[in-house]
Amino acid sequence: MATSKRTRADDEYEHYEAVVVGCGPGGAAAAARFADHGVETLVLERGPEAGSKNVSGGLIYAEESAPYTIDDLFENFREEASERPVTDYEIHNISGNKVKTYDLTDLHEHDTEWCDAVLRRPMDSWLEQRVHEKTSETGGGVLTDVRVDGLLRENGEIVGVTCDELDPITADIVVAADGVNSELARDAGLMDWEDPDEWFQGVKATVEMDAETIADRFGIDDDEGVAHLFSGDLFDDVRGGGFLYTNEDSLSIGTVFHLDSLVAEQAEPHELLDSLLTHPLLAQWFRDEYHEREYAAKLVPDSKKVAHREPYRDRLVLVGDAAGQMQAQGPIIKGMNHAVSAGALAADAYVVSRGNADPESVGRRYTKMLERSGTMEKLRPRRYDLARTVGEHDAVANAVDRVLESPIGSVAIGNPLSKRAMKLAYNSPFLVSMLPDTATGYVTLPSIIGEEHGRTIHWDNEIEPPSLEERIGELTYDTDVGNPHIHLRDDSAEASGAAVYACPVSAEDFGGGCYRSETVRANGSEETLVSLDTQPCVECGTCAVVADTDWEHPRGGKGVEFREG
Amino acid sequence: MRSVVLTKGVPDFSEGAVSFDEDGHLERGKTPTVMNPNDEVALGAALQTKVRHGGHVTGVSMGPPGYASVLEEAMESVYADDSYLLSDRELAASDTWATAITLCSGLEKYQEEIADIDLVFAGFKTADGETGQTGPQTAWALEWPIVTHVLALDIDPDERVLRAKRLVEGDIDEIETVEAPLPCVVIADPEFSPTYRTASHRLTHKRLRTETQARAADHEDHLTTWNHEDLNLDPDYIGLDGSPTIVSSVDPIPKAPSERDATMIEPGDEDGMGQVLEELGAYAGGD
Ligand SMILES: Cc1cc2nc3c(=O)[nH]c(=O)nc-3n(C[C@H](O)[C@H](O)[C@H](O)COP(=O)(O)OP(=O)(O)OC[C@H]3O[C@@H](n4cnc5c(N)ncnc54)[C@H](O)[C@@H]3O)c2cc1C
Ligand SMILES: Cc1cc2nc3c(=O)[nH]c(=O)nc-3n(C[C@H](O)[C@H](O)[C@H](O)COP(=O)(O)OP(=O)(O)OC[C@H]3O[C@@H](n4cnc5c(N)ncnc54)[C@H](O)[C@@H]3O)c2cc1C
Ligand code: SF4
Repeated sequence: MATSKRTRADDEYEHYEAVVVGCGPGGAAAAARFADHGVETLVLERGPEAGSKNVSGGLIYAEESAPYTIDDLFENFREEASERPVTDYEIHNISGNKVKTYDLTDLHEHDTEWCDAVLRRPMDSWLEQRVHEKTSETGGGVLTDVRVDGLLRENGEIVGVTCDELDPITADIVVAADGVNSELARDAGLMDWEDPDEWFQGVKATVEMDAETIADRFGIDDDEGVAHLFSGDLFDDVRGGGFLYTNEDSLSIGTVFHLDSLVAEQAEPHELLDSLLTHPLLAQWFRDEYHEREYAAKLVPDSKKVAHREPYRDRLVLVGDAAGQMQAQGPIIKGMNHAVSAGALAADAYVVSRGNADPESVGRRYTKMLERSGTMEKLRPRRYDLARTVGEHDAVANAVDRVLESPIGSVAIGNPLSKRAMKLAYNSPFLVSMLPDTATGYVTLPSIIGEEHGRTIHWDNEIEPPSLEERIGELTYDTDVGNPHIHLRDDSAEASGAAVYACPVSAEDFGGGCYRSETVRANGSEETLVSLDTQPCVECGTCAVVADTDWEHPRGGKGVEFREG
Repeated sequence: MRSVVLTKGVPDFSEGAVSFDEDGHLERGKTPTVMNPNDEVALGAALQTKVRHGGHVTGVSMGPPGYASVLEEAMESVYADDSYLLSDRELAASDTWATAITLCSGLEKYQEEIADIDLVFAGFKTADGETGQTGPQTAWALEWPIVTHVLALDIDPDERVLRAKRLVEGDIDEIETVEAPLPCVVIADPEFSPTYRTASHRLTHKRLRTETQARAADHEDHLTTWNHEDLNLDPDYIGLDGSPTIVSSVDPIPKAPSERDATMIEPGDEDGMGQVLEELGAYAGGD
């Protein structure tokens, strides 16, 4: 019988040599590498299919310096699972209707073997099948619709996982590849959900456009693709930027903002996305036709601040977003590639440490491998830590902004010489990785560049993006009726009011979202309270950070189901 | 564990599929045939046994050649390994008695020629005949024990016993646990739901699904048809002649006469709305 083989004699639980939680790029890479090493591996994924819960921009990079790339681990990845290679890369500095465009190909190509646009549902579901094939051969496999809800401990030591849908499972190694809202990383006490300053929020629309139209409007062939980035004053003062990538027969258009800045500016994420969609610059591509296939959102960790330097505890290791391994290299976002490297390294670390009595020997080895492969230095550049202490100091930042905004500053940047210097600076991975996270880099500088060097765009952009209500209406949900996955702990406006605007499917004065604020009268005084209905939730994680909640993912298979991602 | 699941085709009573004539009689010719919904539950119970203990599941049906599609459905959706159809003209118009005799002969032939059976699963009742007699009568004919209204099932293959939770309906519904020796007939209660709480069971389930999809694609290769001669049955004891009961007539249920008159009032009709308030006033309490 299959079961008794795996049940340890001294143990009532089922046992697998390796358990991998999550089948995104990090989990898929770990599992594939385990299988290559002949390790019996069980992969648990909470979505009804891998990718159904995932969102990215998404450009997946294969870095020349990386220890592993996705096509090392999965043959034919590019042919079968990705959309288009990026052959043209530009950034647009925007000030009102004035736009100055720089070619960013140099920065993009730095250390890049190849880079493809991907959609996560097709990509991850393809990975899931390959992973299931590989892991089946070594006695395991992938199970979907299973949510791991915690760590199994024995005498205080982590020995496995617990699930809603299955009996507890023990393992010699547990890989938490459960993404940005990792419940396991929190259960282990390795990460927290406290500080908005440590996260970005990404919001994205997948927009219908057939291959012929893409070829025509972007001037590219079937085997070419473009990446456009947008920054400047089109997002008011919110720190972040926008992107547009071409897929086979759709566009991925989105925004990524610092969560603390969204909160400080009380910005509505869907409106910021609309500011991008309706900017005149985009009219050249839409020509008044706009059909949105999907609206999606997810938190994104900022590795500079949160990438864990020792991402392990007992026999648990964290990989990818769960460990905060998401690098924002200036405007370039690299999360998937690092998740792949980390996942594969974690599996390698286990195999070389196998047999060592100390369960943490795997984690220590994995940490060393992250450092030696140069991955940790990319995630947490030492020079950023240095620059940050100076650059983000309010007084300094304000002073720099004032100089830049002053006639002298503008003239300096507007100077023809600086034109070249600016482009070079943007294309320097070194400088870009040092940019402090102030409005200077995101808003002031690009606006001034746009203003001083830009050309005025005269197109009219007449498209009307769908309302939030329509966007929610288009999404697919399998609601776990009567069993909400988020509970509001404190419904005061001070504690949880920020979620009303920061939640990507809620808005001030919109009754159909997750968070609403309402004014109640009690004892003669008025009070604003926050209420929550998780039905339209897209599981982005934002309110776990900006509101006072008990936050969990829905049970296996329940909740939102993305078709594009 | 070798299980046999008895399954029958029934008219697809779902909205849009079913067709009635003017007198309210079912039009069988125009209504597609599907697997009896309760049989899906029986198959689910057999599948759970296979996932947990390994083995083989065979789908068996008595009926016209068109029931092959029902057996194919059994293979596709609930992963049966192979199918046996007991079919010929002599079997037509069997009542539950004649059906049970025929099924029993089929199962005995199966035991002689193919393999010993540990468990026979049947549905609670069909969506058309609805007698719920075929399973028990087949058990009687086989001279096997039977456990009905089964909600959950646990099998000890070494001891060759099954432990079942069964629903006992009475003033208060109770759940009792019973034991029975194998081989045994099991009637799954519509509330039966298979549980797979371990990862290895789920992985096995997933593997079976993949294997079955390939198999169901050429169902004919896995289908055996036996007629009454194969089953060595005397035509006097089967089909219409072997059926002690006859459905003498079928009466459509008449539509319930309406007891109240409805008056339609548009929201814009002020007089009408005034009338509504007046009428409602009689029911309003207080002053
Ligand atoms: C708008 C946006 C744009 C982005 N753009 C880019 C880009 O252009 N390039 C780039 O490289 N990165 C980009 N990223 C970041 C990138 O998406 C992530 O860094 C990457 O997905 C991390 O991979 P991962 O495997 O660690 O986690 P994920 O891809 O999030 O996978 C985690 C998996 O675990 C599953 N899971 C979670 N919890 C549980 C549980 N309890 N039990 C079972 N399963 C669970 C999830 O369903 C999911 O499948 C972007 C992100 C966003 C939101
Ligand atoms: C009095 C009477 C007269 C009838 N006369 C005719 C007639 O003239 N023409 C006609 O076409 N039908 C006739 N039928 C219908 C036919 O005999 C029944 O459909 C059949 O015997 C099964 O009975 P049931 O539908 O009540 O099934 P139930 O006893 O409710 O079914 C219980 C379970 O038994 C199993 N089962 C039932 N039937 C079969 C089968 N055929 N093969 C395999 N497994 C099975 C299934 O697992 C099912 O879930 C008659 C039925 C009765 C009661
Ligand atoms: S309720 Fe919370 S997790 Fe859900 S979409 Fe809104 S902010 Fe994101």
